[in-house]
Amino acid sequence: MKAKHQRLTLGVVALVAIIGAALLAMSALKDQAAYFYSPADVKRTRIEPGKAVRLGGMVADKSIVRQPDGVTIRFVVADGADTVPVVFKGIVPDLFKENSGVVAEGRFDAGGTFIADNILAKHDERYMPPQLEGDKHKTGKVE
Amino acid sequence: MHGFANPARFLGIAKPLTPWLAWGGLLLIVIGAIAGLYFSPADYLQGQSVRILYVHVPAAWLGMGGWTGLAIASLMQFVWRHPLSGIAARAIALPGALFTALCLATGSIWGRPTWGTWWEWDGRMTSMLVLLFLYFGYIALANASDERGSVSRVTAIFGLVGAVNIPIINRSVVWWNSLHQRPSITLQGSSIDNAILWPLGFTTLGFTLLFGAIVLMRMRASLAEIKVDARLKRMAAS
Repeated sequence: MKAKHQRLTLGVVALVAIIGAALLAMSALKDQAAYFYSPADVKRTRIEPGKAVRLGGMVADKSIVRQPDGVTIRFVVADGADTVPVVFKGIVPDLFKENSGVVAEGRFDAGGTFIADNILAKHDERYMPPQLEGDKHKTGKVE
Repeated sequence: MHGFANPARFLGIAKPLTPWLAWGGLLLIVIGAIAGLYFSPADYLQGQSVRILYVHVPAAWLGMGGWTGLAIASLMQFVWRHPLSGIAARAIALPGALFTALCLATGSIWGRPTWGTWWEWDGRMTSMLVLLFLYFGYIALANASDERGSVSRVTAIFGLVGAVNIPIINRSVVWWNSLHQRPSITLQGSSIDNAILWPLGFTTLGFTLLFGAIVLMRMRASLAEIKVDARLKRMAAS
């Protein structure tokens, strides 16, 4: 009976300690493990031009402008706090649209414009039939 | 609990339970699949591709739920040394790995038309891939165990330690910026419209029952093998 209780205590204490340590480590990783920088992160942490990074946020309303060459687009990524202008030449995913989430891979130029090599669309956690009209379809922010 | 640890009593329950779980699970999956393909609407944003949800979500749930069960069985083996708990953990590992792989595969297929990529190293995808590798490690350790049908203590400890990955997978989209969206179904409710949500209940329950049936069948096969081994040894001795 005694050995059994010892093992139970040992097992539970070890498990709690390991999970606690892992959770602490993971939540401390926060910024390092982030998949992309938001415009507010960009402003806070100075990212040197030319370094390969990902930029994520919402495509600002009425900001997508197609350039005369037909394949280059300019748009603005916003996160409610700050905005970053982006230029991209290529094909975007179907879900890339204004007021929707986006993750752009690329680098900053010296002027602070983000030169994207690749565009990924990020959607939010809501799913609904298209018949539902009104404000429910509007995405406020992307996290 | 101790009563069910007796293999004879376990078999008495597992044997009649298996066909109910298997056929009941298959029936629910068929109902859920038909409902999900023909009777639920397309998504306002993603269109038809949202229907992969009905396989992807149950697969993710069983991949993670599988390891949770495996860890509980490992703890029981470590503390009470019931041979049946080692057999249970070992029986869970293979279907758990299978559903984790299914989750990664369906997620990849879903990611291409929606996000525009087959694979990205964001927190959710990376931690789920780690879970698949943990399953592979567990299966390798279990196969290297000398215990007949059950697993060695090292394997049980590995099963326990690997459980740290489960809360990490769950929180990965909340702690870190990720490409994968945040959880749709939380304690506060669901952000999936009911018209799209209800077939998911059928497929999730269906795949879960099927998973249970597979685990029981694998446990019964392990017990039968032990019995055959023992009988062969007795025959060789006499």
